Amino acid sequence: MTDRIQDRIKAIIAEQAMLEPDQITDESTPQDLGIDSLGLVESIFAIEEEFDISIPFNANEPDKSDFDISTMGTIIAAVERLVAQKAA
Amino acid sequence: MSPKKRGKKAPERPDGLRRVVITGAGTINALGHDVTTTLAAFRDGRCGIGPLDFRDVDRLSIQIGAQVHPWRAEDYFNRQQILLYDKFTQFALLAAKQAVAQAGLDFQGALGLRSGVVLGTAGGGLNTWDENYRTVYEEGKNRVHPFVVPKLMNNAAASHVSMEYGLRGPAFTVATACASSNHAMGLAFQMIRSGAAQVMLTGGSEAMLCFGGVKAWEGLRVMSKDACRPFSANRNGMVQGEGAGVFVFEDYDNARARGADILAEVVGFAMSSDAQDIVMPSAQGAERAITGALQDAGLNPEDVGYINAHGTGTAANDKTECAAVAHAFGHHADRLMMSSTKAMHGHIIGGTGAVELLACIMALRDGVIAPTIGYQEADPECALDVVPNEARDARVDAVLSNAFAFGGLNAVIALRRV
Repeated sequence: MTDRIQDRIKAIIAEQAMLEPDQITDESTPQDLGIDSLGLVESIFAIEEEFDISIPFNANEPDKSDFDISTMGTIIAAVERLVAQKAA
Repeated sequence: MSPKKRGKKAPERPDGLRRVVITGAGTINALGHDVTTTLAAFRDGRCGIGPLDFRDVDRLSIQIGAQVHPWRAEDYFNRQQILLYDKFTQFALLAAKQAVAQAGLDFQGALGLRSGVVLGTAGGGLNTWDENYRTVYEEGKNRVHPFVVPKLMNNAAASHVSMEYGLRGPAFTVATACASSNHAMGLAFQMIRSGAAQVMLTGGSEAMLCFGGVKAWEGLRVMSKDACRPFSANRNGMVQGEGAGVFVFEDYDNARARGADILAEVVGFAMSSDAQDIVMPSAQGAERAITGALQDAGLNPEDVGYINAHGTGTAANDKTECAAVAHAFGHHADRLMMSSTKAMHGHIIGGTGAVELLACIMALRDGVIAPTIGYQEADPECALDVVPNEARDARVDAVLSNAFAFGGLNAVIALRRV
């Protein structure tokens, strides 16, 4: 289940970044992947739609949001947590 | 030459251009239903932001805004007018009525042929779209009221103002998102200055506070859930408002000849495009509009005492705007005052520049600088005098009003005391 979440997120980000999913690692940052602020907001929307979750993200204070967007690894972990909360 | 001396002689400008002055002002916004109440709120640093109150607000994640309260259209308009006027038109008509009354103009006869109206709006009749989409999509009805199109069209407000006063010259609407009002007022200024019109009613109006309007903005994730805190390090986004501001711009010779009370002179305007990004602002684009307005006005940077900032309270706008001002003004940036009144009346989108021009007139005429309220923590990236939290007494001779829109469209107006 967890792997599947990871793959689905990577597929979404890959489409946004116009890359192959295997080019995206846990260490990749949105900047590394060439995703700008609007692309990030778009990706978050796509993730919300994919998993039917609501992601607390304010573009004005990305560091303070309860959703760490610093790398793909932190994004995946945060989404997994939200999906688990939804299931609970 | 002092402004007073210039006033007495009323000389033609050497370049043959006409001088343009403001002889009437009107507004309705969350701070008040007229100019006097709004200026009192600016002086007191009163906040017009509160819980939003409209249908389905519980389905929004952003539930605050600067709504016009109380708002009962029937207090101002009859049944037939309410059927025909979207809220943004109602706001524009109310503000225009106050402005025309203050100016004391009668547009019957020849003056009407030489007078017009140019207003800004971004969303136009958004409430009308929202209500009628509900009717056909949510309620499944197949019939809508015959006035839907004449109510929702973006030029409805300008057309009704034109009809109300018999303004038979240039009349149109400008839609450049958050810079709409400044673009509209800049064009009105240019038309009088060039001699194409004698009087222009100008400003802008917006009524986007409805379920669909706010839901659309939520998507961008740039709205604050708790407060608008421009230039403060802990700012977390913009808060939307609604309302209108309308002014009478008039040929100076005409205003002098009839002994009108002149509120301020419009001396310069410039617009620029970033040509870069659909939402992220550019300091260079903003700076070119600021410098352009100074050049158009024949002002030196040190002549400017106050800037009404665009100051949305977003992370991106406020630091970019401060960088642009610092670069455009050099050392003088540390001596001028710059405040954002959006923390009081909210971001009125296409009407915001018009309501903000009131703070510029107050600075020139009353010597009171409106504060940036909600300011809590200094931000090294916004290291200018932003007049935090309390209004200040100061004599200023020239002011600028900034507007920097999504789409990278910048419009800056310069005013001077008369």
